[in-house]
Amino acid sequence: MQLGAPFIAVAFTLLFTSVLVAWAGAPIGRAYALLIEGGFGSRFAWSETLTRATPLILTGLAAAVAFRARLFNIGAEGQLYAGALAAVAVGGLHGGSGFDASPWLLFPLMMLSAALAGALLLLGPALLKSRLGVDEVVTTLLLNFIVLLFVSMMLDGPMKDPTAMGWPQSVALQDGVQLGKLVARTRMHTGLLWALALALALWALLKYTTTGFAIRAVGANARAAAFAGMPVAWVNVKVALLSGALAGLAGAIEVAGRTGYVTLDMSPGYGYSGIVIAMLAALNPLGVVAASVFVAGILVGADSMSRAVNVPTYIADVIVAVSLLSMLVATMAAQYRVVFRVGSGGVPHAR
Amino acid sequence: MIPDSAAAAAAPVLRLHAITKRFGSLLANDAISLELARGEVLGLLGENGAGKSTLVSILFGHYVADAGHIEAFGEPLPPGNPGAALAAGIGMVHQHFTLADNLSVLDNVMLGTEPLWRPFSRRAAARVKLLEAATRFGLQVNPDALIRDLSVGERQRVEILKALVSSDKRQGAKILILDEPTAVLTPAEAESLFDTLQQLIDQGLSVIFISHKLDEVLRVSRRIAVLRGGRLVATVAAAGSNKAELAELMVGRPIDAPTRSARAPGELTCRLRDVGAGGINLDLHAGEIVAIAGVAGNGQQALAEWLFGLQAPPRGQVELRGRVLPAKPREWVRAGVARIPEDRHAVGVVGELPVWENAMLERFDTPALSRAGVLRRAAAQAHARNVIERFDVRGTQSQGLATPTRALSGGNMQKLILGRALMGNPEADTPPLLIVADQPTWGLDIGAVAYVHQQLLDACTQGAAVLLISEDLDEIFAIADRMAVIHQGRLTPARPVAQWTMPQIGLAMAGGAVDHHHAH
Repeated sequence: MQLGAPFIAVAFTLLFTSVLVAWAGAPIGRAYALLIEGGFGSRFAWSETLTRATPLILTGLAAAVAFRARLFNIGAEGQLYAGALAAVAVGGLHGGSGFDASPWLLFPLMMLSAALAGALLLLGPALLKSRLGVDEVVTTLLLNFIVLLFVSMMLDGPMKDPTAMGWPQSVALQDGVQLGKLVARTRMHTGLLWALALALALWALLKYTTTGFAIRAVGANARAAAFAGMPVAWVNVKVALLSGALAGLAGAIEVAGRTGYVTLDMSPGYGYSGIVIAMLAALNPLGVVAASVFVAGILVGADSMSRAVNVPTYIADVIVAVSLLSMLVATMAAQYRVVFRVGSGGVPHAR
Repeated sequence: MIPDSAAAAAAPVLRLHAITKRFGSLLANDAISLELARGEVLGLLGENGAGKSTLVSILFGHYVADAGHIEAFGEPLPPGNPGAALAAGIGMVHQHFTLADNLSVLDNVMLGTEPLWRPFSRRAAARVKLLEAATRFGLQVNPDALIRDLSVGERQRVEILKALVSSDKRQGAKILILDEPTAVLTPAEAESLFDTLQQLIDQGLSVIFISHKLDEVLRVSRRIAVLRGGRLVATVAAAGSNKAELAELMVGRPIDAPTRSARAPGELTCRLRDVGAGGINLDLHAGEIVAIAGVAGNGQQALAEWLFGLQAPPRGQVELRGRVLPAKPREWVRAGVARIPEDRHAVGVVGELPVWENAMLERFDTPALSRAGVLRRAAAQAHARNVIERFDVRGTQSQGLATPTRALSGGNMQKLILGRALMGNPEADTPPLLIVADQPTWGLDIGAVAYVHQQLLDACTQGAAVLLISEDLDEIFAIADRMAVIHQGRLTPARPVAQWTMPQIGLAMAGGAVDHHHAH
């Protein structure tokens, strides 16, 4: 794939959404200037963007690794919540104090259980796919709603914070297992470093290890991989566990780094945005980092733009959605060369 | 050669004048001029990529030529318009059938000829026309039979009828283009096709017969146009030509027939005992090539999957040097089985991955290529370079080892697969014990076919047992020592190829009683 595709896609997206900005009655140039300034224009803007990028990197990696193996995991949103809930279950202040264990033990245990919760949530759909041929797009997507309802039940029931004045929110994490601030007086936390490290690790895994080679081969041509003796079903299970674990960690890191507890609106669709990010990144783990920062900047910038020139914040969702569509088109255009002939009566054809 | 009809006349029915077509930097057709006389079969011969398909696509209006023009029956043919080609009386039969399996013969013939605005189709009239054409050209079909119930030969008959009937509302096709028509036929079905061609010629039609098989083109054509690298290198009369001359014209250099050094079969390498539902028994010895002939879809695929280590046979067992291996491809590869799958694009390689990663596909987790789960990229690339060099894989000049494998031509892709299989373990460089080659030369051009054959013969001389599954009898007679015929999962005894006669082969392929007299 050509490297130019993401840039062409983004340029087209900004062009397209400028029509909507104009429609909302705002000056296009100023609106975009505010958007970029709001997302990347100051130290505060960068801190907000990178805070927002942290879960997006993780869900983006979850989608990228799964899509590489042609396992279409649309359930990162649910896996994120499952991870968040598992984190609170291990590290929360149950009964006022929570488990009495050293943070050195509790923190890894909390992360591990979050990863496990996400992984197990995706394992079911992956097995259903490989054993019975059930479409994983449907199962993972629908599981999101089941998980959200389950979270809702837990937040109103066993894990409800009694001090939250009736709001459906979980108990808070113990102090010792929260992630530290990266920069004082911002919301940036060390979860960003975790996300970057995992991106690097995933990139290295795919490029340098036998497991990564098998994942790439199975994804690109499962029949050829099976002929060559690769355990296709086992590779798919490994990918499912990896993808689900990454999405689960996104939830745990959000809880441990930002919110401190689980609410039903802690993720404004990070799981779904991860899919867009993975596509924008052409499924490259390092590209996921760049795409996450871009998308996070748009989301953050759209807030401040909306306050200044009265364009609805939904413009951010439109930008992200249109950039996904134009990325798909740009990827296709990079693979085919569309030849238009004028006046010959021939139909355009792709080569 | 099919003799011309008495009606053959001087004025050409079709004239291509200096057709030129360029795809990017590739000159697919370079000023090709051709004439087709009434009542003749013109053979269009060329390797894959010589420009045959491009030329007929231009003729039939799928492509527009960059330069040059076409005249049909003295009238200029508007470019890029398949409808105009049909209206001018040009019919085309594609290599891959374009029939709807779940519809009847009549429905298929009517498809595309009926105007969509008419509330009712005119089946009765279409039926009359179909039967008329069927009688006239001696192509017997049942108009109400469903396509899925027909044999491949019958389906092709329907394709031809469809081309003949639908090309023009009143008179039917006058010019028929057949693209690789025998690729899917048994020898007997091919014979019947040649009879049909004779009937067409007798009725005053003209035929362009596209093929890369020399025997056939010599057999059916009056004149033969040879394309090479997009150029028309020669137009020769079939009567005065021969295979060697045509092969040299086609490839541009003399082709050496594969040679082998005589060698008596050695010890038993592989034994199939009562394998599969058909109860296949077969012994393979070191230093011999045993061929499995048969029409496609008679159990070759299952046999190949058992011997590739992909599937365990439902019955019986396969012994390799006395050992029964589990259905795990890696065990078979490790035991010294070199495997060449039929579908090189879909099964042989991962097209998206670079050449060097495909070169290690079967052995990436051996100690030579990875350690503790980490790929030894330098070693793997060195191994790939070795394969490319020893097996003359071309097409990696510009991008090197990172070339995506799908960018290779069919021949070079096959050389990569062959090299990967025959080189064996990158550390030990042990020659293979057994080579299982499923249609190893399918779709390759002459040069690549000769190369593959020579490699198989050389490996055999060095002591490998070779099982060659092939639908190409020429190939079998060229390199195999013994041959058996497979029909519906049953295998005849393997006999030396010289002991088989064509009628016996035809009978065995059709499932006729196998002559057990010669068995062992």
